[in-house]
Amino acid sequence: MAGHNTEERDALTGRTTTGHEWDGIKELNTPLPRWWLNIFYATIIWSIGYFIAYPAWPTISGYTQGVLGYSSRAEVQVELDALKTKRSAQAADLAKVELAAIKADPKLLSLALAQGRAAFGDNCAPCHGLGGAGSKGYPNLNDDEWLWGGSLEEIHTTLKHGIRSSNDSDTRVSAMPAFGRDGLLKKEEIRQVANHVRVLAGQASEAGYDKAVGGKLFADNCAACHGDAGKGNKELGAPNLTDAITLYGNTVEDLVETIANSRAGMMPAWAHRLDPVTVKALTIYVHNLGGGK
Amino acid sequence: MSLWKKHAIFEKNSILLSLGVIVVISIGGLVEIAPLFYLRSTIEQVKGVRPYTPLELAGRHIYIREGCYNCHSQMVRPLRDEVERYGHYSLAAESMFDKPFQWGSKRTGPDLARVGGKYSDEWQLQHLVNPRALVPQSIMPGYPYLAKTELDTADIAGHLKANRLGGVPYSDEMIANAGADLKAQLNPDDAGAAGLEKRYPKVQIRDFDGNPQKITEADALIAYLQVLGTMVDFKGYDAKANYR
Repeated sequence: MAGHNTEERDALTGRTTTGHEWDGIKELNTPLPRWWLNIFYATIIWSIGYFIAYPAWPTISGYTQGVLGYSSRAEVQVELDALKTKRSAQAADLAKVELAAIKADPKLLSLALAQGRAAFGDNCAPCHGLGGAGSKGYPNLNDDEWLWGGSLEEIHTTLKHGIRSSNDSDTRVSAMPAFGRDGLLKKEEIRQVANHVRVLAGQASEAGYDKAVGGKLFADNCAACHGDAGKGNKELGAPNLTDAITLYGNTVEDLVETIANSRAGMMPAWAHRLDPVTVKALTIYVHNLGGGK
Repeated sequence: MSLWKKHAIFEKNSILLSLGVIVVISIGGLVEIAPLFYLRSTIEQVKGVRPYTPLELAGRHIYIREGCYNCHSQMVRPLRDEVERYGHYSLAAESMFDKPFQWGSKRTGPDLARVGGKYSDEWQLQHLVNPRALVPQSIMPGYPYLAKTELDTADIAGHLKANRLGGVPYSDEMIANAGADLKAQLNPDDAGAAGLEKRYPKVQIRDFDGNPQKITEADALIAYLQVLGTMVDFKGYDAKANYR
């Protein structure tokens, strides 16, 4: 370093040397550039200001808080509050107004749809698909067939409390018996019922299907929930069996599996996760996808 | 400037230099890390956080074994967009029984800190088997063998014991019942279900992978995923008192 060198100069470059020598080769003294050092010292001085302004050092029972009183958690709360205020005029309307009135008001409707769309993408799309088209086991939300009802109020209830949700006591519940697993019907009887369900929906039945036998089994075992004509019952989430829409497939094999082991799709309750306005917006969005009643 | 001359001692002796480096780094560690162990304000006082049930703990081991943490974080940071998407920012108390924590540092997939209850068990299973069956744009690998592989439950009590050594408050009773509790969590009609619920309040008891005949690795992993971020009772949480 500066104070320690000899004033020896290298003949070739005219620079001073550090005095270190290896086998006759001497090291040139090449100090860090002055501007670099100055910035370095400046950052050290800056850090002192930083210690004073922000939380920095641990103490025996806590930490130095800093004169600015900064807290990342407080800061995010301020930002969230600001967001709430920004949205509040509109959100207040959405919160106050009845679902049907939101649908009737073009301004509120476009607001609810925009908010619903955003929430749908993160929360609903993983099961129902980005466009709400669903897949096996996850209902299509675009058609006009509903398991638990497609009115605004019914969709709202389903969204809030879910279906067979484990953490909501008001959740929609029904349980179809597992006719095969629990030994309620024999194998060939299940096949008859499966064929009968296909016939109800206007599909072809396979050889060996007896309308009288299938019809009797259906009346005895299925009609209580699905109705005598198989039209379903939305109070129980029992699907309409007479249309071409089936949640778990409508081949004989699919139906046999459904009747033998039963199905019990589960939808989470969203009232615990999303705020009421978002749930309302989602209701409007889903209702508006095409199948709302 | 005699102090600069003393510096030559370090420059000429590699062992002294190494010792010097260790001393300087240790000071940094003592100031930054050590206080976290004695400061009470490090971990918030909250209600509801309990140690993992034996089944959830087994699921956590599978989560670690499969390297889920390489793509999924478990840390909702106190940033507006994260809170908007994932829910309340994570608290230290929520991972106080995680040995080691699974905060992660990379999000190829979404954050999982609050994934519990967001999807159905059936969805979780299908998604583990083939993510693209449900989310076409997903790049997550499939884990179809989890639902076929029986869970190794023989050493579960040992895992509880090891966690207790690390500071997780597993009681003797919990350790003694570890094997039975693991099985009981998969069947609400199990004779041990009541005891399990007493030891682990609000535990979710059901068959998670839809196959009651076998205890599979998918059972354990889904049980773990379904409890993530659901323990803290935020109704009784004083956010202002815990500003950091």
